Amino acid sequence: MNQKYMVPLAGVLLLFLLAYAGVEGAGMQWFFGIIVPYVAVIAFVGGFVRRVMGWAASAVPFRIPTTCGQQKSLPWIKQNCIDNPDKASGVFMRMVLEIFLFRSLFRNTKAAFNRNEKNKLTYSWEIFLWVGALAFHYSFLVVIIRHLRFFLEPVPSCLKFLEFFDGIVQLGLPGLFISGAVLLLAALFLLARRIFDAKVSYISLAADYFPLFLIIGIAASGIAMRYFTKVDIIGIKSFTMGLVTFHPVIPDGVGGLFYAHIFMVSALFAYFPVSKLMHMGGIFLSPTRNMANNNRAKRHVNPWNYAVDIHTYEQYEDHFREKMIDAGLPVDKKE
Amino acid sequence: MSKNAIMAGLVVFVAMALLPFWYNIGGSSAAPEPELSEKAKAAQKCVLDKYDMRANHMSLLDEWRDSVVRDADRLYESTNGKTFQMSLSTGEESCLGCHTDKEKFCDKCHTYASVDPYCWECHTTPKEINQ
Ligand code: HEC
Ligand code: HEC
Ligand code: HEC
Ligand code: HEM
Repeated sequence: MNQKYMVPLAGVLLLFLLAYAGVEGAGMQWFFGIIVPYVAVIAFVGGFVRRVMGWAASAVPFRIPTTCGQQKSLPWIKQNCIDNPDKASGVFMRMVLEIFLFRSLFRNTKAAFNRNEKNKLTYSWEIFLWVGALAFHYSFLVVIIRHLRFFLEPVPSCLKFLEFFDGIVQLGLPGLFISGAVLLLAALFLLARRIFDAKVSYISLAADYFPLFLIIGIAASGIAMRYFTKVDIIGIKSFTMGLVTFHPVIPDGVGGLFYAHIFMVSALFAYFPVSKLMHMGGIFLSPTRNMANNNRAKRHVNPWNYAVDIHTYEQYEDHFREKMIDAGLPVDKKE
Repeated sequence: MSKNAIMAGLVVFVAMALLPFWYNIGGSSAAPEPELSEKAKAAQKCVLDKYDMRANHMSLLDEWRDSVVRDADRLYESTNGKTFQMSLSTGEESCLGCHTDKEKFCDKCHTYASVDPYCWECHTTPKEINQ
């Protein structure tokens, strides 16, 4: 037991119960279904833009790319164009691979003491964090894109294409969507890593657990709705379409679980801009990745530099000429 | 230069995040109203309660399919006391036996919710056979 995860866990349970009880007990559908989602959208978009503008306004005094390969050098030394780029094209490739394949995480290592008398510290390659993170992020993306079917009318055919491949196992009715199951399992794996790996657990804070519990709660409630308790999807789509066309309606017969689902989603979105989840925008601005390593080839002037008052040798000589001649020192201009 | 790139990125982000708000402008978003056929109107009651049918008919069909194909049991006793010859599209007591016009009933909802049941790769609607 550790309060760093007990508090966020209790928080997420509270959010769930608040919405569930608020709807089932107090009939506050309008609050959890209309007011909270609008506030969350405003907080998400506004907060996100503010955060990125703040980053854009900060000066970047020098180039600090992390170099992971041979720098551009003499013509007969082969440069690693992606891991040590000196041109925008190399930087672009590096960013694309980082954003879509998490390449720097792929190099993740772990440190451990050998389990023998020598007890030596060794570093070994640790790929599972990369696998888990990739599974988590991609399934999250697919689930979010699939959810657009509730928000778009007519539903574009690329969504049907995605639904076809996501549901290709045709297991049960309604058919299993692979992404939903992968999302839940991957989030549970990332949570287990923080709880059971002593080294990771030591550096994990409430702010690391809270988004994980929230996402697990969202995925679990979504899966419960789709496969077990069932909801009236047509009613829900008329509700979501009402929200996005600014004519909100509350559907009949849709229960507390749905409101708990969207309340947790709203909490996630409103919390997003003030949390570590902002790495979604931050990845594009990470100075160790998005800059070309051309410090030696090009002059980069520090943007903070102000005009310095300088005193050249000519001015110095003009100032002290007589004294210098008197002392017998050589001067450039003799009067 | 990089500031312009950041602003361009932000504009793209905001446009994507608010996609549902501008995509639907001018379109109609009214929920579909599946039309009951004369036969269904006469029967008055579906297999289960109305809300149950709306939310749960896929699971009911799954149950029917397993019961017929795996256990050779074609009789379904509903909670409202009626019995049905379980079938998707064959016979008077099948889904399509009552809801005779698939386009005006099943498909109306399914298009709206973007579901495309693969059942019709094998099963046929009685209407198609008559034509
Ligand atoms: C009230 C609207 C409505 C009507 C009418 C309706 N359906 Fe559905 N049906 C749905 C919705 C919504 C789903 C998707 C549920 C989900 O995604 O969880 C669905 C899903 C299904 C599925 C599962 C598809 C899959 O791949 O998961 C089948 C099978 C199905 N319906 C058959 C029928 C048949 C047959 C009829 C006509 C007798 C019918 N439905 C009428 C709304 C409706
Ligand atoms: C005996 C005729 C009959 C049969 C058989 C039948 N239904 Fe129905 N169904 C009805 C009637 C009547 C209603 C309207 C119920 C009401 O309004 O209370 C209805 C309503 C529905 C609804 C809700 C439509 C809405 O407007 O919300 C769905 C979905 C549905 N049926 C699907 C099916 C499926 C799937 C099957 C096969 C498992 C089936 N029905 C079999 C008569 C039937
Ligand atoms: C690969 C072809 C195929 C597909 C696809 C298929 N079925 Fe069937 N289904 C069959 C066959 C064959 C039977 C057995 C018919 C019999 O014994 O009367 C059957 C029987 C059934 C039965 C019971 C008997 C009857 O007359 O309907 C139901 C209910 C059923 N299927 C529902 C579905 C649903 C719902 C889907 C879509 C989600 C579906 N099936 C997709 C081939 C298929
Ligand atoms: C306001 C936004 C949202 C609404 C209105 C919403 C609504 C729903 C509904 C109605 C279902 C049941 C689907 C069905 O029966 O076919 C569902 C399922 C689900 N939801 Fe959401 N949801 C929202 C946001 C999210 C987000 C952001 C996530 C991501 C974590 C998420 C994760 C899931 C999952 C994993 C399922 C299980 C079924 C599947 O894989 O699609 N939801 N959601």
